[in-house]
Amino acid sequence: MTGALRAEWTKLRTDNGTAWILAAICILTVAVGAATAAVTRCGSGGGCAVDPTKVSLTGIEVGQAVVAVLAVLVISGEYSTGMIRVTMTATPRRWMVLAAKAAVLTGLVLAAAVAAVAGSLAAGRLLLAGNGVTVAHAITGPVIRAAAGSVLYLALIGLLALGVATIVRDSAAATGAVLGILYVPPAIALFLGSDPAWQRWVERYTPVNAGLAILNTTGLHDLVISPWAGLGVLAAWAAVALLAAGALLRLRDA
Amino acid sequence: MTITAYRPPQQTGRESFAQSLHAEWTKFSTLRGWAIAVVIAAVLIDVVAVLAPRGDTQCGSGSGAACLAHVPTGPGGEAVNDSYYLASQPLAGNGSITVRVTSLTGMIAQNGGFQGPDSPPPGTMSPGLVPWAKAGIIITDGTRPGAAYAAMMVTGSHGVRMQYDYTSDIAGLSGAAPRWLRLTRDGDVITGYDSADGTHWTEVGQVQLADAGAVAGAVQAGMFATSPLDFTPNFPTYGESGGSTSNSVATGTFDNVGLRGGAPGGRWAGQYVGAGADSNGPQPAGIGFRETGGSTFTVTGSGDIGPVVAGMANSGYDTGTIADHLLGVFIALLIMVVIAAMFITVEYRRGLIRTTLAASPRRGRLLAAKAVVIGAVTFMLGSAAVAVAVIVGGNIAHDSGMYVLPVSWLTQARVILGTGAMLALASVLALSIGTMLRRSVVTVAAVIVAIVLPYILGVSGVLPASAAEWVLRVTPAAGFAIEQSVPQYQQVVGHYGPPDYFPLAPWAGLAVLCLYAAAGFGLAGWLLRRRDA
Repeated sequence: MTGALRAEWTKLRTDNGTAWILAAICILTVAVGAATAAVTRCGSGGGCAVDPTKVSLTGIEVGQAVVAVLAVLVISGEYSTGMIRVTMTATPRRWMVLAAKAAVLTGLVLAAAVAAVAGSLAAGRLLLAGNGVTVAHAITGPVIRAAAGSVLYLALIGLLALGVATIVRDSAAATGAVLGILYVPPAIALFLGSDPAWQRWVERYTPVNAGLAILNTTGLHDLVISPWAGLGVLAAWAAVALLAAGALLRLRDA
Repeated sequence: MTITAYRPPQQTGRESFAQSLHAEWTKFSTLRGWAIAVVIAAVLIDVVAVLAPRGDTQCGSGSGAACLAHVPTGPGGEAVNDSYYLASQPLAGNGSITVRVTSLTGMIAQNGGFQGPDSPPPGTMSPGLVPWAKAGIIITDGTRPGAAYAAMMVTGSHGVRMQYDYTSDIAGLSGAAPRWLRLTRDGDVITGYDSADGTHWTEVGQVQLADAGAVAGAVQAGMFATSPLDFTPNFPTYGESGGSTSNSVATGTFDNVGLRGGAPGGRWAGQYVGAGADSNGPQPAGIGFRETGGSTFTVTGSGDIGPVVAGMANSGYDTGTIADHLLGVFIALLIMVVIAAMFITVEYRRGLIRTTLAASPRRGRLLAAKAVVIGAVTFMLGSAAVAVAVIVGGNIAHDSGMYVLPVSWLTQARVILGTGAMLALASVLALSIGTMLRRSVVTVAAVIVAIVLPYILGVSGVLPASAAEWVLRVTPAAGFAIEQSVPQYQQVVGHYGPPDYFPLAPWAGLAVLCLYAAAGFGLAGWLLRRRDA
């Protein structure tokens, strides 16, 4: 396993694109979060319905696409260059290849996500306070949950994308499929307003809708799924995708 | 015997654009996966239009289409509310009506048609004035619903207004009653004036009424009052729709009433025009007309004179537009931009690009040929699918009891062909991004983040309303504005958000996408010429 890990780490470390993609995760997440915070104002009237943590972390919606790209490149890149055959020859136990890839990917995404989430929260805090939104000084339990949860969220998105990309193999098709899984259900849920039962189902059981419940720090009893349960749904998606990917990797020729 | 040298049928040396087109079309059409994917994308537009679950309206007379209200249409063919209390006299020829509105007051129902355990009993009213409560004077081509008219009015919080033929609104003096108002009629031309003191008059507007032939005869001139539904949106965010509506009434008090050109000794006759057709729940009490001491009049009315907008905000029933059935378009867009991007990136991955460039060395022409092929395919498939979605979806909505706002065939053609053009422009933009970036994965991610993601962020309510509006103005997703089939009206309170309304006008939105596509295409062509393959 150490050998496989080291091999995967070397492949990712020496790829020119990896550093750029990790930088893009941080920059896009922080930039979109900051831009959203900059234009957020309290509504008219006394109460302020703004959840400062959630607004600051809006950039996750965009950053997750970059995480997905990294995950797709980790496996599809090997298929498009034929490198996969060398990899399989070096490490004949295929599930170990997948496990090593998952481990290295998760490590990198976690590192980038910590920076992205910390940057977003800091920028959001600064900009929201300037707009007159009350931001509590103390870092409370819900804020820690949202921060840690969004880091985990990005890592799980990476694993889900890795699983799907291993199943699809072709790089462009895999990117399209992963981003479709991420972005189509939220839009569908949006337009299901006339059928609340379906809307509720989509919001509870699709990866992004459920997973992003972790961003909420206020109004928790109005959520269709609780924060940790939502992250659990995403974890289940990622697990199923990785298991299917592992099985297919064993069954198919490379 | 003469020997003719063999000449190949195709001209050698310089290839023509037609040949480039043919080559690109062959590449596209012989890859079965792509052709299938693009067709599936188009078919998905219709599948979503047909399968999207929608509620079934229930009412006393059954469900679905049986519940559809009869909605009058104005002179321009648009659906209108035409419900107000009128105290009028006939005006046979030219003349004028002048009044002073001394006050405008109102009442708002505590709970619209909704009954919950904690709701106060229906019809409980408390004092309040909705922003577009109206009282003033009107000259109307009769009292049938949808008749041409012009009116001067004092409003709840928008000052004095001149409104005519349902869709038009001109601002007059600001501030509340007391205000003096005057309308003069010269044939089918009506001129509105307002004044703060009854001596210094300002012209607010001069309008020629639609339906001029009919208006040339006798018209009704009189005082009116009406008050639209009080609308509270469910969600403060941009994309979400829905909200609750409550009845409201407005009472205008008039004195110094002067009618010139009326019949001698004529009396003011009261009439509840449209009798609360657009109300929600039981009619509020107190509607009518009273004359006190022969010189002071009070008119109390409920309803609205103006266009119906999408949603439930000002109609009391479920109102949609033809764009409601186009939710599948963004899924088609997602697939089409991926295919368009791959149309060039795959050539780089397989090395085919070198063969292509050897065969047609003029690189700008090559890119143009690719753009024409992918643009034409997406435009034609997209337009055809959207046409089916608009027609079939409209019928399904009608059967489920949703009133679909009528639009002209020109608007329908604009929505159908414009949406096709939107898909084509987005595909050309994706092709251009692919030419710039060359690597499949990065390209596919870039086009989705640049074209599809802004739309989702803009309409999903993730962003605060102001940010969402900006996203739909400045990103390629602005092109979705071409789907908007009915205009927004400043004089009607509504929930003006997607999928029915966009922050940019239809053509302006498409122009934004067009700019992106043109800039991307230019940059891609420049890079293609400059770089080695």
